[in-house]
Amino acid sequence: MNAIGRPSLRSLNQEGIVFAIAVVLFVAAAVGLPGFIDPNNLVAIVRSVSVLGILALGMAVVIIGRGIDLSAVAIMAMSVAWYLQLLNTGTPDGLAFAYVLAGVLAIGLLNGFLVAYADVPAIFVTLATGSFVFGYVRSQLITQDAVPVPQDHWVELLGGLRFLDIPIEVFVFAGLAFLFFLFLRYTKWGRYIYFAGDNPVAARNIGIPVRPMLVLRYVLSAFVALIAGLLTAASLHSINTRVVNSTLLYDIVLVAVIGGIGLSGGRGGVRNVLVGAALIGILLNAMTIIDIPLLYQNLIKAAILLGAIIVDGIINPRDEQTAQQGDI
Amino acid sequence: MSLRERLQSWRYNLVPDHLVGEILTKRWTDNAIPFLALVVTLASFGSIIPGFFKLSSLQESTRQLGEFSMVVTGMTVVMLGGGIDLSVGSIFALSCFSAVYVFFILEQSIWLALCASLAAGLIFGAVNGYLVGYLRLRAFLTTLVTFIFGRALFDILVTTYAADVQLSQATSDVLDFIGDGTFWGLSVSVWLAIILAIVTHIALTRSRPGWHVLAVGGSRRSAHNAGIRVRRTVFMTYVFSGFCASIGGFLIACRLSGAGPGTGLNLEIMALTAAVVGGVSLGGGRGSVVKGLMGAIIVLTMTNGLIRLGYGTGTNQMVLGIMLAVAVTIDIRWLKNRHKVLNEVYVAPVYLKMGDTQSAVPGSGTPYALDNRLSAADHIGLGELEGPEDVILDRDDHLYCGTRHGEIVRFFAPDYVRSEVFAHIGGFPLGLAFDKSGNLISCVGAMGLYSVSPDREVKRLSAETSRSWTSIVDDARLRDPNDCDIAPDGRIYFTDSTKRYDAHDWALDSIENRATGRLLVYDPRDGSTKTLLDGYRYTNGVCMAHDGKSLFFAESWACRVHRYWLEGPKAGTAECVIRDMPGYPDNINRASDGNYWMAWLGMRTPSFDLSLRHPDMRKRMTRRLPQDEWLFPNINTGGVVKFNETGGIVEAMGDLSGAAHPMVTSMREHKGYLFVGGILNNRIGRYKISGADPDWTSPASYWGAKP
Repeated sequence: MNAIGRPSLRSLNQEGIVFAIAVVLFVAAAVGLPGFIDPNNLVAIVRSVSVLGILALGMAVVIIGRGIDLSAVAIMAMSVAWYLQLLNTGTPDGLAFAYVLAGVLAIGLLNGFLVAYADVPAIFVTLATGSFVFGYVRSQLITQDAVPVPQDHWVELLGGLRFLDIPIEVFVFAGLAFLFFLFLRYTKWGRYIYFAGDNPVAARNIGIPVRPMLVLRYVLSAFVALIAGLLTAASLHSINTRVVNSTLLYDIVLVAVIGGIGLSGGRGGVRNVLVGAALIGILLNAMTIIDIPLLYQNLIKAAILLGAIIVDGIINPRDEQTAQQGDI
Repeated sequence: MSLRERLQSWRYNLVPDHLVGEILTKRWTDNAIPFLALVVTLASFGSIIPGFFKLSSLQESTRQLGEFSMVVTGMTVVMLGGGIDLSVGSIFALSCFSAVYVFFILEQSIWLALCASLAAGLIFGAVNGYLVGYLRLRAFLTTLVTFIFGRALFDILVTTYAADVQLSQATSDVLDFIGDGTFWGLSVSVWLAIILAIVTHIALTRSRPGWHVLAVGGSRRSAHNAGIRVRRTVFMTYVFSGFCASIGGFLIACRLSGAGPGTGLNLEIMALTAAVVGGVSLGGGRGSVVKGLMGAIIVLTMTNGLIRLGYGTGTNQMVLGIMLAVAVTIDIRWLKNRHKVLNEVYVAPVYLKMGDTQSAVPGSGTPYALDNRLSAADHIGLGELEGPEDVILDRDDHLYCGTRHGEIVRFFAPDYVRSEVFAHIGGFPLGLAFDKSGNLISCVGAMGLYSVSPDREVKRLSAETSRSWTSIVDDARLRDPNDCDIAPDGRIYFTDSTKRYDAHDWALDSIENRATGRLLVYDPRDGSTKTLLDGYRYTNGVCMAHDGKSLFFAESWACRVHRYWLEGPKAGTAECVIRDMPGYPDNINRASDGNYWMAWLGMRTPSFDLSLRHPDMRKRMTRRLPQDEWLFPNINTGGVVKFNETGGIVEAMGDLSGAAHPMVTSMREHKGYLFVGGILNNRIGRYKISGADPDWTSPASYWGAKP
């Protein structure tokens, strides 16, 4: 069985280590923290990481293809904010949703086009479009930072849905994870992503449509961000656009990287996202129970992300032969 | 001339298409776009916002500009080294806080605060540098993470100490001066920014560490192979960026007398946008401090202007996002496609209608009619030589020629079997001539005019002439020195065939057919080079007339020979003596009977003559077809022509077999023999001229009998 697409032996170790740490943390928290092992708390943990995990799934697909999407959070928050604003100003639901969907797909296409056809490094493209999306929607389309969900709208009802006492977003996360798993593992284009991420030039030479696939990945990521945004709005009954300036974006990268998805592309899969999300979920929950202030939580997360990137840099060193100009 | 042709000639001869390509070859075009953007930004905001250029308003915005441009300077240096530093906002904020903490809470002197500020910046920069430089992590993500880390730290510190800072009683005149004072009308921060920019600029362009940064940014691997300590250089760029950001932070601490949650917010994307908008390339190696500063002014004017115009929250981010995306895309596309565009537009053909000519077909009865005499020539150095463009013999009958390998080869008399490398020059030696004292003067393709003494010392005589004011391309440099000859007074007359193409691109010059050939003179007494005539279609061979009072020179693509008068009533003017030949003339040399030999490097063809009347077709051809399929002048057939003092054709000879001398670029008569060379040939031919003076030699003809 070939190893492409499967975590290599060393990454497997990383994934294993992270999984072990997650288990140890879980056990330690279960023993040491009152109320941690409580079923409600466990559900809360899973719920708290489902949105993060969904965003990380989109990010993972992009990263495996040797890209990154820094506009994910901006798209998530701003698309839903615009949607809710449209609803609040009386636009029919179907029309409003069509607008937003078109907008989201347009940004995804723009990202993909600039990366694939203009050869601009993904990191700059998505940084710029993220900034643009936030700025444009905030200054032109909505009037205040937070936009509430209209009364009795399906988004609000979605937030109240429970199945076996578990909120619906957990199932959405699970379902999406399964779909992504199928896509990456069993479809031709899913397999191609690994080729393209591992060595884009070689992939192109053997006839894989590298560029259209790049565009597809950014569109996919934008679409996933929209779903995550709708779920966020559903559970909070409003969307706060200030989340764009928070560290959520780095949490997403953290989940992906810490789970063992190499930033140099071609490695990792859905399982890595799940492991990463588990560790971060337990960590955040434990920190909240211990009552560490949010500012310090950010500091700790940044330190962990830094450590993860250092480890990633050592395990997956940059390949100077296939690195692109401006790929910094 | 039909209307179509008249229109074509106007279109292609009067519209200066070639200038587009020439402008694109200039490095300063890289600066032109950001500079234009700067002017447009300043002009539009200046006219929209009332009082934009008022002193008080400028003072406030320049103060901010001072701090910001320092950060951008640091970012520019990091980007030139091939990295990126997104943590500048955090460094800025933390340095600001350090200064505030030392001054307001510890109540120490302002200088100690400055030290604390710098220390914070340097330490932070060193951490970045260590991670990116020595651990070779990805610059973008690593500095993004250190940015979050620094920001989180700053938020904690600010919320903890904000109240204490408010209550502090510490004051200082120095602090107030740095924060609010002006010096010769400019604030301290602007002065510091200017000094920093100048020092950085000099360091980058004129010092070893600066060159190392540019080398590493240009090509990391090559820099490593050249022995540059790549990792340390990268490390230092981040330390420098930290240093720059920390001074900026210190200045804002002085200006605002405090640090707030908004300090340095969004600074990283602003600085990045500024550097990229200014034209500092991602991936390193290209850019300058000035470009960074231009970008800083553009970005700051844009964001401040929009705020003053009353646009709401988020506008800044929107504009920054657009500017960043557009600038990065332009930068990448420009870098990738500049050469492609240049190749596409550089060749700008002109219209020319060649005059009708007499036939050169064997047996046609015209003076130009070729025969097969040259095929009877003996060969010298067959297979040893590559490209003897010109041949010459000295007083001892030794034979000299240039080769494609940058050497002048000498064949020894009397049998010309034995040879040696007489001198190595490095460029392709074309025209050759002996001066009075036996120095061999040579026009070296793409290099200039050189002299080789009898004891083989190579000396450069001239590589440039004076620059003309109206030329965009640098026409001081000699791009294609082709042939030379020496007047009795020792002055060397030589041709430079084209200003627009290097020697090996002669075919492109023939397709373009633009008249840019020159006749120049080098004066050995003062070493000066002057341009005598300009505007010929590929000036080529030069030959002093027998009486030394005028010279002949060939204009290849126009198939003409001109006479330039050195003295007499027509001194300094040129007149055309032979026009509309059926072949393209190359070198011209003296013959023993008082006439002149002229080489034909190729023959005119009706098809190429027709294409000269269709510049649009030739333009399309160079753009759309591979080079192998272009229509060139025919250089598969040539010959040798003898003409007399008044330009009358005496005889013509050729090699109709095409085996020995299909094209001829030079011939030299010596003791009854004609030595024939060709730039694409692999031999020198020796042809016995019937009825020629068996004692006549060229050196004696020029400089008299042996002293």
